[in-house]
Amino acid sequence: MSDSGGPLLSVSGLTKRFGGLVAVKDMALQVAAGEILGLIGPNGSGKSTVMKLIMGIERPDKGSVRINGTEVAGWPSHRIARMGAGIVFQHSRPLHRQTVLENIKLALLPDKLTRLLADPATDERARAIAARVGLTNVLDRRPGTLPFADLRKIEIAKAIARDPQVLLIDEPFAGLTSAETAGFSELICELRDDGRAVLLVDHNVKSVSRLVDRVLAMYVGERIAEGTADEVMRNETVRRVYLGGSIETAARPESSFRDSTVPFLEVENLNVQYGKAQALQSVSIHIHAGEFVSVVGLNGAGKTTLFNAISGFLRYSGDIRREGSSLRGQTAAKIARDGIVQCPESRELFTDMTVRENLDLGGHHLTPAENGEQMRWLFDLFPILRDRQRQTAGTLSGGEQQMLTIARALMMKPKLLILDEPTLGLAPVILEQLSKALERLRQTTPITVLLGEQNVTFALPHSDRVYMLEHARIVWEGEPAKFAADAGTGYL
Amino acid sequence: MGSLSTHRILLIGLAAVALASFLPLWASGYILGLLTLAYYFGVFAMAWDLLFGFAGEVNFGPTFLIGTGAYTAGILDNLYQPPIWLCLVAGALAAVAGGLVLALPALRVRGPYFGLTTLVAVLMLQNFIVVDAGLTGGEIGLTVPDVISISDTTNYLIALWFMAISGAILFALSRSPVGLILQASGQDAVQAGALGFNVTKHKLTAFIISAFFSGLAGALLIFYLGSASVGTLVDITVGVQIIIAAVIGGRRTILGAVLGAVFLIAMSEALRPLGDLSNFVVFAIALVVVLLFPSGFFGLLTRAREPS
Repeated sequence: MSDSGGPLLSVSGLTKRFGGLVAVKDMALQVAAGEILGLIGPNGSGKSTVMKLIMGIERPDKGSVRINGTEVAGWPSHRIARMGAGIVFQHSRPLHRQTVLENIKLALLPDKLTRLLADPATDERARAIAARVGLTNVLDRRPGTLPFADLRKIEIAKAIARDPQVLLIDEPFAGLTSAETAGFSELICELRDDGRAVLLVDHNVKSVSRLVDRVLAMYVGERIAEGTADEVMRNETVRRVYLGGSIETAARPESSFRDSTVPFLEVENLNVQYGKAQALQSVSIHIHAGEFVSVVGLNGAGKTTLFNAISGFLRYSGDIRREGSSLRGQTAAKIARDGIVQCPESRELFTDMTVRENLDLGGHHLTPAENGEQMRWLFDLFPILRDRQRQTAGTLSGGEQQMLTIARALMMKPKLLILDEPTLGLAPVILEQLSKALERLRQTTPITVLLGEQNVTFALPHSDRVYMLEHARIVWEGEPAKFAADAGTGYL
Repeated sequence: MGSLSTHRILLIGLAAVALASFLPLWASGYILGLLTLAYYFGVFAMAWDLLFGFAGEVNFGPTFLIGTGAYTAGILDNLYQPPIWLCLVAGALAAVAGGLVLALPALRVRGPYFGLTTLVAVLMLQNFIVVDAGLTGGEIGLTVPDVISISDTTNYLIALWFMAISGAILFALSRSPVGLILQASGQDAVQAGALGFNVTKHKLTAFIISAFFSGLAGALLIFYLGSASVGTLVDITVGVQIIIAAVIGGRRTILGAVLGAVFLIAMSEALRPLGDLSNFVVFAIALVVVLLFPSGFFGLLTRAREPS
């Protein structure tokens, strides 16, 4: 297939910085014709950025991207597409006024301004592509009337319309049922057997293991392992990143909490729907006053959705009770004022304001005396923030920003603190500082914490109890010490 | 395609235009004058819809393109009295040139900044006209020595058929493969790029086409009115009216913009007895239409025919 007989896609020395954050560092990978490479890594590891750099959606700072021997690094994406690369985006955004057939035809059109009448051959080719991905029966429907799996098929149809030699697929199975996943796997294998080079990007080995020829694992922008799916699953570094090494746990038994009959927070049979995708399915959890509970799960499992439902940002069915009384119908503002405070994954700091101003905003309902006292306590908890008081939040490092986010939430004197992926994108050394601060928080205050994490190493040592969320359901609940033995293999 | 086929919509449109051609047989010169104005506004609004509805770029300065076309044609006529058609061509080309100068830097910025850039362009043009009064007539306005015709009927028919031809071209373009690529670029530029389309090229072309029709319509309008002023052609308020016409007519429909323009002008006429209050009522009605029927008149019409 390739002129030189070498790999169809060859990446080396690829580096991308966003401000101070190094998202991708010196990446190298190769995919040959007729091969599927799985690129895996936890959320924030830089795998999606690698895909965007290959496709030209982001410009690399350094490094080389070769498609069939041609250097394309730094090219705009429409030129890279014409060199023979195609991408299947995770989120489908078809043209809603056009039919499925027209959406596929779009991808077949030449990039010319003079083409005012469609080539009749286009219609035939579009129908053939639709037949291949299994859309023949819905050709004349509008995308808005189709189920989620069909929308994904439209994306695949568009991506393969120009017959790309290199195909990049972002989270191929997100939001699909197991039957649909099987159909998609088959389709992806066929595309490989055509002699294409396929790059699958996903969170863990498990989801792509049956499909891939090789796996490359990433963590914080760098390659940590490469090999067959089994080799990567056995790799020590990979296991440490996903599961942690030997973990010291300090769980308190559930019966030691005084409110063991009516827990502080009860979530019962929670269902949340995003359009056609089920984001949470019959989720039930509870948290006692003073308890530290972790919900672990990969990106897309439903953690953020669960927290947003508790915080009153989403419509849901089922019930959420605080100290026995339902939170349904309460506004998000009221729920937060009454002491259930969330630190969102995106941090939502006021980046143009100073550290001090951010904290003052968190404590605006406190009296000046209380405010000062709370601030002193927080500066003891996060000493770095004391030194950074007059700096604007946007100039802090990722770890410092996370500490400020937590500190600002603590200024509100929460009864329940919800932390959504505080470790996202943080380097290991910062994790340790954050971990220490959380441990002091747990030891020295009666605060109740609900932590959402995909980084199990970070979550387990602090937790009293752990829930594991997978594909919108709770699949495991138990003590942190038992996690690795019971649920670990499902997590890799 | 769509709820009605391209051919059927063009046929219905042609029938409507043919009917409207007979209006001068019984309508008064006053009504014809109003409709003449409405048809030119319809072209402005259609040209705007190509940019907003298809390329996805909000141009807050349609009057920059219109004003450039009208004033270029008018000044040329004042200075050298060339044949009128030459003034018209010059006006259209000047609008295209002005549009290019504006769009090249503006398309580099994302989101609201594009709109802001176009807004500033209108203010600059407005200032230029006022300051350079010797050439432009300043705040008093620019009077041209020539008009195309003094017959209400002739003027009406010119405006009608100009609108019909512009509409047919813009509508056919919007439903052609190029229109499809333009819509994809407007909705998701990243994906359009990944499918191999040069998004900037397509958006720039849309801007040039929009500028051409706006400029030509502006130039024609000045030779109908016999004069041009900032208040009638360039002011931000005029631009807002064009935008309202396009939106209440039906975004992403091109032809709906004509309905919107006729509606706006007919309403302000019907409400004239209310005096100063009439504009307020027209805008209030426009607000209600935008809030309750975001797909506009044209959307309502075509949806009613769609088999469920």
